[in-house]
Amino acid sequence: MNLSERLLNGDKRAAARLISMVENKDPKAFEVLKKLYPKSGNAYVIGITGPPGAGKSTLTDKLAKALRNKGKKIGIIAVDPTSPFTGGSILGDRVRMSDLNTDPEVFIRSMGTRGHLGGLSEATQGAIKVLDIYGMDYIFIETVGVGQSEVDIVKTCDTTVMVMVPGLGDDIQAIKAGIMEIGDVFAVNKADRDGAKRTAREIDMMLDFNKADWRPPVELVVAIENKGIEELLQHIEEHKKYLRETGEFEARRIKNSKFEIIDLVQQKMMSVLLDKSNKEDMIDTLSKDVAMRNTDPYTASENVFKKVKMD
Amino acid sequence: MDRPIRVLVAKPGLDGHDRGAKVIARALRDAGMEVIYTGLRQTPQQIVNAAIQEDVDVVALSILSGAHNTLLPKVVDLLKGEGADDILVIGGGVIPEDDIPFLKESGIAEVFTPGTPTTVTIDYIKNNVKRK
Amino acid sequence: MFDKEKLAEVKEKLETFDEKTQKSLEKRPERQEKFYTGSGDEVKRLYTPLDIEDLDYNRDLGFPGQYPYTRGAQSTMYRGRFWTMRMYAGFATAEESNKRYKYLLEQGQTGLSVAFDLPTQIGYDSDHALAEGEVGKVGVAIDSLADMEILFDGIPLDKVSTSMTINAPASVLLAMYIAVAEKQGVSQDKLRGTIQNDILKEYIARGTYIFPTEPSMRLITNIFEYCSENVPKWNTISISGYHIREAGSTAAQEVGFTIADGIAYVEAAIKAGLDVDKFAPRLSFFFNAHNDLLEEVAKFRAARRLWARIMKERFGAKDPKSMRLKFHTQTGGSTLTAQQPDNNIVRVAIQTLAAVLGGTQSLHTNSRDEALALPTEDSVRIALRTQQIVAYESGVTNTVDPLAGSYYIEAKTKEIEEKAMEYIKKIDELGGAPRAIDVGYIQQEIMDAAYDYQKDVETGKRIVVGMNKFQIDEEPPKELLKVDPAVGELQKEKLAKLRAERDNDAVKEKLEALRKACEGDDNVMPYIIDAVKAYATLGEVCGVMREVFGEYQQSVNL
Repeated sequence: MNLSERLLNGDKRAAARLISMVENKDPKAFEVLKKLYPKSGNAYVIGITGPPGAGKSTLTDKLAKALRNKGKKIGIIAVDPTSPFTGGSILGDRVRMSDLNTDPEVFIRSMGTRGHLGGLSEATQGAIKVLDIYGMDYIFIETVGVGQSEVDIVKTCDTTVMVMVPGLGDDIQAIKAGIMEIGDVFAVNKADRDGAKRTAREIDMMLDFNKADWRPPVELVVAIENKGIEELLQHIEEHKKYLRETGEFEARRIKNSKFEIIDLVQQKMMSVLLDKSNKEDMIDTLSKDVAMRNTDPYTASENVFKKVKMD
Repeated sequence: MDRPIRVLVAKPGLDGHDRGAKVIARALRDAGMEVIYTGLRQTPQQIVNAAIQEDVDVVALSILSGAHNTLLPKVVDLLKGEGADDILVIGGGVIPEDDIPFLKESGIAEVFTPGTPTTVTIDYIKNNVKRK
Repeated sequence: MFDKEKLAEVKEKLETFDEKTQKSLEKRPERQEKFYTGSGDEVKRLYTPLDIEDLDYNRDLGFPGQYPYTRGAQSTMYRGRFWTMRMYAGFATAEESNKRYKYLLEQGQTGLSVAFDLPTQIGYDSDHALAEGEVGKVGVAIDSLADMEILFDGIPLDKVSTSMTINAPASVLLAMYIAVAEKQGVSQDKLRGTIQNDILKEYIARGTYIFPTEPSMRLITNIFEYCSENVPKWNTISISGYHIREAGSTAAQEVGFTIADGIAYVEAAIKAGLDVDKFAPRLSFFFNAHNDLLEEVAKFRAARRLWARIMKERFGAKDPKSMRLKFHTQTGGSTLTAQQPDNNIVRVAIQTLAAVLGGTQSLHTNSRDEALALPTEDSVRIALRTQQIVAYESGVTNTVDPLAGSYYIEAKTKEIEEKAMEYIKKIDELGGAPRAIDVGYIQQEIMDAAYDYQKDVETGKRIVVGMNKFQIDEEPPKELLKVDPAVGELQKEKLAKLRAERDNDAVKEKLEALRKACEGDDNVMPYIIDAVKAYATLGEVCGVMREVFGEYQQSVNL
């Protein structure tokens, strides 16, 4: 059996291998995804994001368990940063999902950001498709809410849950600009701590500036004690319902598809550009010329653009 | 190979001494590998499930409880059952020399005892990963 | 303490000395550019009165057996009696361990120290699925009171003091101990010993936790309360830095994190309504002894002084016994090498000296073969003899705190106290030890130190004799202790028999009563004692608590 047949048959190893191939930009993986794309689109994709230490893994674990109790099949993609210095990473999110590990209807995958230029969303989008075709009902994407590439990932989710914790202090101010627009539902985790209600209030106040039809709810949860999980899930379902009823769902998916196409084209152009120009050391030579003021970056870039013929 | 080697660092059995596992995890990371860490008290089944889902090249098992002869071969057997015998399985911890031949016969490719420099383990992995 | 003029003179002369030495270094450089302690702190060439000019003898050192206890917990120390020589032992079945205890007592050991196997430490019976392969491996398997009766058979519990390395299910094993004593006709107020009962360091470093933080802290305060009323000579907790150090911490972290844990226990007990002077005298500590002799001595002294000050100033303790830090020491397992294992005897001897010069109340010396397997009887005897040689032959026991007043020792004692205090402040800012563990702060600090150590060893910056220098080709060691794999089956059979023969209705009833107590606010100890007396198994008792309390979720920071 080939990979696509195995994937359709629910072969776990095939799914796992395909995700690796997507991550490694193996063209064979994209051939499989081209063929099976019509079979995707059934899974509901939930983004879980927030600052480090907010308890995202534990929250994901509990949400997944709650959905498992309703008989849903769950995929989880946990993204952690890759060290820019060594290219290595330690992916430790599974630690907090230990019980899910033995559940045959749950598929957890850890992913390093690998520092590729924008390629992260390509990898996660591919992984989502694999798990979608593999038959998962819900797919969680868990990632730290810092850095453009991570934000790009959660932007493409159907529902994005922003996880906050009390006591972040000024951090909440610093990240609010980036996060307020992407959170569809807010969870204040570790809500048994002092200041949880205040944090919730602060978020709520910031949401006052949001003029969209959907007013993101703010829920207090204590993930470790499984408190507030059902309520949070309820908000996610309400958001899902809102998307469906208003036609926003299709609009979002169209927007996401556009984003994905542009991203893929960019990736491709970039790799063609680097490939061709590297062969002739063109950029390196031009860089020296620009630095020495022999030419200017505008002319240099125009030259590169002219010389590199896009396929 | 331009992809990072993926390694599952796991602690089978009940012992909670994870200094060795964590040190090796960090060392592998610093050698450019992607390390998936599972935490304590993992059953062979949990380890194998994680190895399959994560599509790792290597499973590195750290154990200090003395239960290695029971638990390590079980991981290898379960991997075989999943058709994943192209995953390299190595072990480390307080493992008496006498037990090593048995473990190797059971499919543990190499056993690293206390005092092994992390560089030795790193080189071993680089040279012995089965999947290219 | 020093005359100002004299100090000025010392300062002047030191400057001249430094200049002169600096010149000679050009011709004869020192072995290294810089020197470091075992914990990686820089050490100066020379220590002088200038390094301890702030030292106030009465305030900072005082007298042994008196606040702030820097010089020792008792007034006469080892002139009165030696420390308790207590070898941690236990493996396989209760029968086998009982034999080893009797052997050790015959060899002159003065207290028992029980090692339990991992299923016991995590509250599983030997027939639990997760116990497979683990039964009897790192300690003795105890499933029920029946095993405990065998373990202490022929050992009069009113004569020995027993230390039990048990944490998450400490209440259950203590209950069994009380029940065995009762059967021997020994009332609980006569029992002497210690349970480790330190859950926070399990979360940090040792990993044999069961329940989440809150119910775990409740169990601990329940034990404090029960023992202060019924088992007054029992040390209800052994707040342990040992495993923190084994996990790779520095000496100052060992003190800082351990005392931060201690603060959390005291706060929990006070919050539960206990009077500090009622339980604090029964708190004890457990530290590591590593190879850097002088740093370690300073560490023990710093820990005593810091705890005394905290108990007095922070918690307003009035009873001097509440301020007095007593501790058990174990030599450093992680300092032992699998290579040339006989060299470990020498390491253990140095560490023994550190513990004794630091004023330990009891000591376990590791055996040479512990980096390879559980120790054999021969190896254990040599380790015990090491203590006896230091006690009877070295002469360091003839006077109290003999290193006091050394410029280096006093400067180092102060430095470690200050560094430890910085950690405690940081942990306070994070909301106390349980919170700092929850966010992974303590684990991360330890892990950073452990990784630095590993890198230093691998780059040769740090020399470990026989491991990264002076290596030889050697044959794999022989005659290691092997635990019979049949132990697991044996325990399973014993359990099946027990479950068939005991009064199962009584067990059910007692377990139900325990469940209600767990759900409510009662002290759970009497209920646990009732349950174990009815031969409810350890796994059954812990199972009820697991159902009510839930299980702890590890926090991992790499």
